[in-house]
Amino acid sequence: MTDTTSHSDPTHSADPRDLRSLRVKGSAPSRSFALAGVLLPLLLAVVWEAAIRSGLAGGRLMPPPSTIGATLWELAKNGELQLHCLATLGRVLAGFALGALFGTMIGAAAGALVVVRRLIDPTLQALRAVPSIAWVPLFILWMGIFETSKVALIAVGVFFPVYLGVAGAIEGIDRKLIEVGQVFRLNRWAMIRRVMLPAVLPAWIISLRSGLGLGFMFVVAAEFMGASEGLGFLLVDGQQMGKPAQILAAIITFAVLGKLADGVLVMISKPLLLWQDTARGAL
Amino acid sequence: MLRLNGLSKTYADGTEALREIGLQVGKGEILALVGGSGCGKTTLLRLIAGLDSATSGAITVNGETIKGPHPSIGIVFQEPRLLPWLTVAGNVGFGLADLSPQERQARVLHALEKVGLAGYDQRWPRELSGGQQQRVAIARAFVTAPKVLLLDEPFSALDAFTRASLHDHLLLLWAETKPTVVMVTHDVEEAITLADRVVVMRPRPGRMMETISVTLDRPRDRLALGFDKAKRRILHALDRSLQPEKTTPTQKGADNASHWW
Ligand SMILES: Nc1ncnc2c1ncn2[C@@H]1O[C@H](COP(=O)(O)OP(=O)(O)OP(=O)(O)O)[C@@H](O)[C@H]1O
Ligand SMILES: [Mg+2]
Repeated sequence: MTDTTSHSDPTHSADPRDLRSLRVKGSAPSRSFALAGVLLPLLLAVVWEAAIRSGLAGGRLMPPPSTIGATLWELAKNGELQLHCLATLGRVLAGFALGALFGTMIGAAAGALVVVRRLIDPTLQALRAVPSIAWVPLFILWMGIFETSKVALIAVGVFFPVYLGVAGAIEGIDRKLIEVGQVFRLNRWAMIRRVMLPAVLPAWIISLRSGLGLGFMFVVAAEFMGASEGLGFLLVDGQQMGKPAQILAAIITFAVLGKLADGVLVMISKPLLLWQDTARGAL
Repeated sequence: MLRLNGLSKTYADGTEALREIGLQVGKGEILALVGGSGCGKTTLLRLIAGLDSATSGAITVNGETIKGPHPSIGIVFQEPRLLPWLTVAGNVGFGLADLSPQERQARVLHALEKVGLAGYDQRWPRELSGGQQQRVAIARAFVTAPKVLLLDEPFSALDAFTRASLHDHLLLLWAETKPTVVMVTHDVEEAITLADRVVVMRPRPGRMMETISVTLDRPRDRLALGFDKAKRRILHALDRSLQPEKTTPTQKGADNASHWW
């Protein structure tokens, strides 16, 4: 596939494991080591702060951490931050739910039935190559400028990794385990429930995680379409009003929210995957 | 009783894996299949298990024709093939979904005890050694009390000590319900230790070449006189099975020669 996807859109990394390896950084094996990841940003923050305080740098376009912190605090105090967070989270959640649902269903159909795969996979692969932003004008025309088009755009972003993950996982189920089910004469439904579903569960959860990550990416695009609330709005507003501290505050909030949402997903899925025998103890 | 009648299997790519296998295995009999690599042993077991269908010929168990997986036929594959998302108990009880939880639990624990894994029921497969996993697979096959049990080189990946102890476990389980057993092995001593009859197969296409009865008393002693005799007979047969068939080539040669003249 040609790599025409725009703005670091990771839909083009076909293997969901690429995304997994990007995303597990936080879950370091030992507790003492877990803080190591914080060292680099902390050091950078301190250096930057010192550079501005000592007058080595201006800090007008790249405000020091203290100013960003103050901006965050200000936004939180008057309730704006919560409002924007909730708006963004609501959109991501709605889009994620829709995208994950359809991605799972259509992915399952394409993975299990060759006919379905032959019919729809080429089309979906072509659509997948379309950069997310390209959908924006069309969705606004179709669904207006309000929530529907935003949720739809996010759902599209979530759909593809989930679809690919589920379809690939079902295709890749070990024939040897299916044969075990056959020897015990499982009927079709029992085979799905007792062998196929558990077999695809890990890949499904990984695909959901990459879908969620993309949801956070697409929500920004969606909120650029024109929104009066949401973290994306804070970004646009900060640019138009010339408030770099606000932009950085929104970016940091995005990072925290994204990480938290992923953490919740991992926490929910963990008891389901206790049996897994992988190098990464924690997925 | 298991009966194979003129069983042939040609794969889709034209490989003739089996030709005209005719065999009867009595109730409670243990039959060992030995033969070089690629002579169709696994293919034969898969046909009996109903996982593949024969090109021609028939398989019957107690007069009933086998067309697909059958409740009275169990199989232990060459690999343990445990379901990694089920505990040991869940794996052993996989074929007992119809039973009440209590009865299933009782049967599972009994089978685990017989294979020397009492107390392992709540472990995950990944926490077991290779030999332990294979024992779980054996317990999983036995627990449904099949009338015919198929074993495809179940111990080939294990060291000699583990293997010997698994032979004992296997015979213990076998003694409970006395199923008909057909086992594939590459180990001649294993065949003599376990089997009542040993069938030597010949490759390309897979055929039965010789059948050797082992009439030693159980438990069998490797140092007994009869043991060595049986071993020599089987080894000799195996040797011949791997040699090119002499009669046909020479005749062909003669034909060719006559053409030349
Ligand atoms: N699915 C398949 N498609 C085509 N040919 C096959 C298939 N499975 C096996 N064969 C061929 O059939 C022949 C018998 O294979 P089989 O696996 O039964 O041998 P085997 O006696 O079990 O050998 P081994 O001792 O190495 O396990 C071989 O020549 C093999 O290449
Ligand atoms: Mg084999």
